[in-house]
Amino acid sequence: MDKPAPEEQRRGNLSRRRFFNSVAVGATEAAILTIPDKAEAQSPALEAGAGQLVKVALNVNGQTHSLMVEPRWSLLHVLRDRLGLTGTKPGCERGECGACTVLIDGVARYSCLTLAVEAAGAQVTTLEGLMRGEQLGPVQQAFLEEDAFQCGYCTPGQVMNVEGLLRKTSDPTMEQIREGVSGNLCRCGAYANIFRAVKRAAELKKAES
Amino acid sequence: MADTNLKPWGETTVVGKPLPRIDAKERLSGTAVYPLDTILPDMLYGAILRCPHAHALVKKVDASKARSMPGVRAALTDADPDAQVPWFGSAADRTKMVSRLFDPRCRYEGEEVAAVAAESPQQAWDAVKAIQVEYQKLPFATDMEAALKPDAPAIHEGGNHVGDPIAYNRGDVAKGFAEADVVLEETYRTSCEIHTPMEVHGSVAHWEGDRLTLWDTNQGPFPIQGALATALKMPLSKVRVISPYMGGGFGSKQELGKYSAIAAILARKTARPVKLFLTREETFLCTGNRPAHIMKLKAGVKKDGTLTALQLTGTGEVGAYPGGSSRTAAGYQVQDLYKCPNVKTDELQVYINAGQNRAFRAPGFPQCSWALEQMMDALAEKIGMDPIDLRLKNFSPLCQVEDNKPYTSTGLREALTQGAAAFGWKEARALAKGNGPWVRGVGVAGGMWGQPGRPPSTAIVKYYLDGSANLNIGAADLGTGTKTVMAMVVAEELGVPIERIEVVNADTGTTQYTGASGGSKTVMTDSPAVRAAAVEVKSKLLAMAAEQLKLSAASLTLKNGEISGPGGAPKVAVGALPDLRAQQVVVGVGIRGPNITEKSIRPFAAHFAEVEVNIRTGEVRVLRMIAAQDSGRVMNLSTYRSQVIGGLTFGIGFAMTERRVLDPQTGKMVNGNWHDYKIATAKDAPAELTCLPIDLHDNECDTTSAKGLGEPATVPAAAAIANAFYNATGIRVKDAPITVAKVVGLLAERRKQG
Repeated sequence: MDKPAPEEQRRGNLSRRRFFNSVAVGATEAAILTIPDKAEAQSPALEAGAGQLVKVALNVNGQTHSLMVEPRWSLLHVLRDRLGLTGTKPGCERGECGACTVLIDGVARYSCLTLAVEAAGAQVTTLEGLMRGEQLGPVQQAFLEEDAFQCGYCTPGQVMNVEGLLRKTSDPTMEQIREGVSGNLCRCGAYANIFRAVKRAAELKKAES
Repeated sequence: MADTNLKPWGETTVVGKPLPRIDAKERLSGTAVYPLDTILPDMLYGAILRCPHAHALVKKVDASKARSMPGVRAALTDADPDAQVPWFGSAADRTKMVSRLFDPRCRYEGEEVAAVAAESPQQAWDAVKAIQVEYQKLPFATDMEAALKPDAPAIHEGGNHVGDPIAYNRGDVAKGFAEADVVLEETYRTSCEIHTPMEVHGSVAHWEGDRLTLWDTNQGPFPIQGALATALKMPLSKVRVISPYMGGGFGSKQELGKYSAIAAILARKTARPVKLFLTREETFLCTGNRPAHIMKLKAGVKKDGTLTALQLTGTGEVGAYPGGSSRTAAGYQVQDLYKCPNVKTDELQVYINAGQNRAFRAPGFPQCSWALEQMMDALAEKIGMDPIDLRLKNFSPLCQVEDNKPYTSTGLREALTQGAAAFGWKEARALAKGNGPWVRGVGVAGGMWGQPGRPPSTAIVKYYLDGSANLNIGAADLGTGTKTVMAMVVAEELGVPIERIEVVNADTGTTQYTGASGGSKTVMTDSPAVRAAAVEVKSKLLAMAAEQLKLSAASLTLKNGEISGPGGAPKVAVGALPDLRAQQVVVGVGIRGPNITEKSIRPFAAHFAEVEVNIRTGEVRVLRMIAAQDSGRVMNLSTYRSQVIGGLTFGIGFAMTERRVLDPQTGKMVNGNWHDYKIATAKDAPAELTCLPIDLHDNECDTTSAKGLGEPATVPAAAAIANAFYNATGIRVKDAPITVAKVVGLLAERRKQG
């Protein structure tokens, strides 16, 4: 469920910077603030209001989808409710938990704080995109081996965040791991296993390269 | 068959192994469909308008503007005859309702006022905001001390006491205190915590004629089915609740939420499926909590460590309504954990203007631990005894609250001693604390949980011609590994490779009744039924083979779809048995039998923590913890460990950060989000969290020898941290959580006192 921020409600449209500044973010903060400017330049979205649809082309897991969206729709909402990619999970829809983390141009980002129109022109990767056919990718496999989850609901976001972390830092120290995964909450409390899964995923990735 | 005549397992070949979860791939690939992932054709989205005040009367609701907005298909208010659904049981009688779906008397911030269904979630929220409501604000009480004042606003008729205090008495505490060499008395407080499972609460409701299907995120579809059928005045047979995957509950998804009934009513009104999930902020207000407690504890001890008396006076907040499964009572461990002849507990439950409590991972127990285990620590220091020795000295092999019946097993002693050895307790305790700014310390706490698994539960195993099997169980898997553990029980009995077992679970339309997965009783309740079902399949198959092979069934074994006679030969594939070919499948039905009556069944734990504290800045770091758990047999070492690590992490939140804050000026919650309400993050949880299983081979607790784990894995964790904090600093933090601000204040106070 997308519940628009009150700010957004009053303005009818919103300034991207204000939108992002209004929420607190975790470790992916740096990534969020480096959103490609091309989306803004390309899209007439910021001129449209609630209920008005604009056309957007989204590249998700290597496939391009052309669809009509409201400018206020988050990427999270579009991925799940329009494209049916429910691997990406909503947790708070305000940038606090990281359950909705996806990769945008290879960088881990909260899809609840990314408007769909902003993701136009970028390569979006979701949990489904890490699968190799029926086989789990290395980060997913590491989570399986280390039992790095319980209910599994935050796990898609955890996996995507670790994928982003390892693309940036292929052999992280424990300190880098704890910092790197700290933007993703896990209420079941699987953190200690997640740390081990990151180490294991780094090994699996190294073995592949 | 009932499980009552099954002999205990000796060595097992599958059960106990650290096998990966059978549904790990689904959960890791995004193919697991959680209730919140449900998308149905033509589905509408629902949203709820909630009272923004702590206590108010709804004078007028005008939804006309909302109804005319784009995409809006229905709006539901108290004026609607369909909305006249009684809700919230009375303190005296839970079946007697005191409120209704959209009751105009709103007793807490977040109480439901109206709801809408629209084509998109955004349109639904636009419409909710357009509903005009006139409220008359009422005086409120948002903490128990305020609610108990003589001039406090009455939240319910008859005042703010939830019935009479719960009293317990054994022996004579006055005599016990007189016999003591040391008597200490302290008041401890714990804060209200919110469950906040990662998947928000909600349902998708879909009608086909007079039949309702509800995809709902919950801990047990059968209790939800029962409550919803009652609420909507429907036969049980017409209500189907499905929840095979769910994103965490911790007690908050054990009961029916108003959102489920609202989704069902909106779906009926619109003749469309309705998806109604709460926002994260809503879950902080109205999906339960662990109530705050004030516990005055007095304890007497002799110089040799013998406890002579314990007296607890406790007060707990239930919220605006009695919790459906609340046990705000924190007295249990005072009465039962340590041997003590003279015990008195008096516990009062109080209404306040805030969300109703619900069971929260060992209701009452972590609060009690916070008080009792810090008190034990203080007593040990006073008499110059090691805190572990004091606990060992007062070890009880008998369940004192159940007529001194022996426990089927109690590993508290082993948990304390083996835990201490694994932790390096003596060495860590003797280590220098450091000169600052960082000082370190270690602490210990014991604990237990107060109930075993029990009937009813029915399980069905279907064994096919090709040697594969289906397991059908009603239990929800909260992430504890229920499905995996139960499949392992089938694999153990039938020799079916685990990857050839498929589990169907948590669907009232296709599986059999069991209670909610809560109270750490799922394995204890359901695994004996599963085992009985598998054993029935086995005995039927072996009987078929015995006839075929002209051998006695007792001399045959079943493994990998083959039946072998004495010495391993002759072998026959099950698919070749004419009787099986004739019926294609063998079905076994297992029923959970009653518990042993001559003994008491309880799990135990001892937790150890090492912390460091910066005496300049007040920062506290939990460096490492060990949890020694006596939960009977380890069913799956991997999921067992994960549950224990999770329990410790919950304890870190309890001890360090978690606290609902209600503004005394407005009565509103000011930290209803994960930014301001701090649960433990990756930076709060140390990498070094160790699980030490203590298995005393309990052959009486149930037929799989397992006891409960999820709750005892968190009960003493926070108290162990508090004791470690004291060991590091010499400062006793009696009020949870140990926030930086609090520590800074306490350090400053100590400096002032010199």
